Amino acid sequence: MTLTTAPPPADGPVLLEVTPEFERAAARGDSRRGFLLSLPAYVYLVLFFAIPFGIVVVYSLATRNTIGGTDLAGWNLDSYRRLAEPIVRDILFRSVWIAVLTTLICLVVAYPFSYFIATRTPTIRNILLVFVMIPFWTNFLVRNYAWRVILGSDGPFAAVTEALGVGRQEILFTHSAVILGLVYGYLPFMVLPLYAAIERIDGSLIEAGRDLYASGAQTFRRVLLPLSMPGVLAGSILVFVPSLGAYVTPQILGGGKSTMLGSYIVVQFLTARNWPLGASLSFVLMTVMLTATLIYFRAGGRNL
Amino acid sequence: MKGVTARPGSATAWALSGTAWLVYAFFYAPIVLLVIFSFSDDRNVGRWGGFTLSWYEQFIDHSQLQNSLWVSIRVALLSTAISVVLGTLAALALERFRFRGKRVFDALLYLPVIIPDVTMAVMMLLFFSEGIRIAEMLFGLDLTKGFTTITISHIAFNISFVSVVVRARLSGMNEQLEEAALDLYADRWRSFRYVTLPQIAPGIAGGALLALTLSLDDVVVTQFASGPGSTTLPVFVFGMIRRGVTPLINAVSVIMLAASIVLVILSIVTQRLRTGETGRTLGDRLRRRSDSSLMG
Repeated sequence: MTLTTAPPPADGPVLLEVTPEFERAAARGDSRRGFLLSLPAYVYLVLFFAIPFGIVVVYSLATRNTIGGTDLAGWNLDSYRRLAEPIVRDILFRSVWIAVLTTLICLVVAYPFSYFIATRTPTIRNILLVFVMIPFWTNFLVRNYAWRVILGSDGPFAAVTEALGVGRQEILFTHSAVILGLVYGYLPFMVLPLYAAIERIDGSLIEAGRDLYASGAQTFRRVLLPLSMPGVLAGSILVFVPSLGAYVTPQILGGGKSTMLGSYIVVQFLTARNWPLGASLSFVLMTVMLTATLIYFRAGGRNL
Repeated sequence: MKGVTARPGSATAWALSGTAWLVYAFFYAPIVLLVIFSFSDDRNVGRWGGFTLSWYEQFIDHSQLQNSLWVSIRVALLSTAISVVLGTLAALALERFRFRGKRVFDALLYLPVIIPDVTMAVMMLLFFSEGIRIAEMLFGLDLTKGFTTITISHIAFNISFVSVVVRARLSGMNEQLEEAALDLYADRWRSFRYVTLPQIAPGIAGGALLALTLSLDDVVVTQFASGPGSTTLPVFVFGMIRRGVTPLINAVSVIMLAASIVLVILSIVTQRLRTGETGRTLGDRLRRRSDSSLMG
């Protein structure tokens, strides 16, 4: 038997030879198509996102004049220096500790909850998750307002505490009410990443821990917690960042006493008319958020 | 997690399920109470005084509330339509092509998802006030803040959310199907129309529902992008709450609540319980990226 190679039929399809030139042309075509597809969104975001952001940076370097307007000439860092003034510093500190406390409470509440969901059978797990998604998607303003109704002076909270004999408790317009509202608003942000992290852990590792005579607490501390760390970190950032910039919750539940960074920024624009200070605070908030996001990516956020 | 649960009947098992039920009660009790009080015939927002529908009747007769409701609906529909088109194109560009400026575009597209509301609001306020001043100076145009500026600002954040959801869908899709279509002499358009589009349709629907939800929920950005004349329902209600609470607000809140819940259910249905596909946060996107089968 002899091997013969049949010559390609003369009238057959023309086979394209893949040459470097051909590949370069294809890459150019791809590049052009990709660029054209992205163009509308690109132009839109440059016009209505990047340029507005640039304007905020410019305003943060400007000076407020005596009639409440803003002089754009002569850039300086004065409004950033004002961040060290007692009033501004107090608000920054208060915002940070309220956000930290909110994050810790969410973590403590969400951990056993997420663990519970993650250890159910798949069908039950899906149902349980849907009931976490519903509040997650529900109008944030409405969910805060619901607490205003409950905590109000004639509301159910006062009635219940009175009936329990602990005295009529009124926490509306206090820091506690703000923290409660923030926990309520952002708890799903903690539950979902925690659930995802715990769900991925191989249960036999926990069993191995127990088999090797570790107590429940030891297994938690040495096995479960380290393995779920990416979820802890992701959830904490997702709760901390919006809590720090919260505006709606302190307005509705905090009254005038617990001004936080978000509300203070809004005040600078709507009533105090100190636009440079407001712009510099917004810039600071944006920086905190970007830093947190970078930490998140670096420390395993990608693997979550 | 597979293969482990706390021993049934043990103290740990009881504590875990107890916590879970308490958390669910915490999630839903305020919502249920709000619905109940919206039917209460009492001038105090949080007291039961017999059944009435009068607060809902007041809502229907309240012309400012009705106006802002229509502004909300129009803004939501228009901003969703535009951001779905732009966001889907952007997702296709990023998932399927390599092009110059791709990394910058990716970052720019990502920022509106993670930027704090307040910062975005400040950006819009300064942009529109400067923009209006420049338009007046250069072209003598008399622009005011209102429907247009609100819609522009909503599109600015919605493009990003739509593209996040569509990208998740595209990245989970088998690229070889498109290549097969091209090999079978479909042109680019047909391969998109008959292969890619049907497959990413649930992603587009999910993105659209997310965009609608975000647009209907937004308070902070809208407040800064709207003028004294026209504003959306949540911003109007927010203003009412700050002036003092009335049972009328309970009724309006329940209506907004119902709209949100309809949208969630729709989105869960479109994703066929793949709840991970419709997330609105960074964590969701990241989780989805690495494990799309996570939630069933």
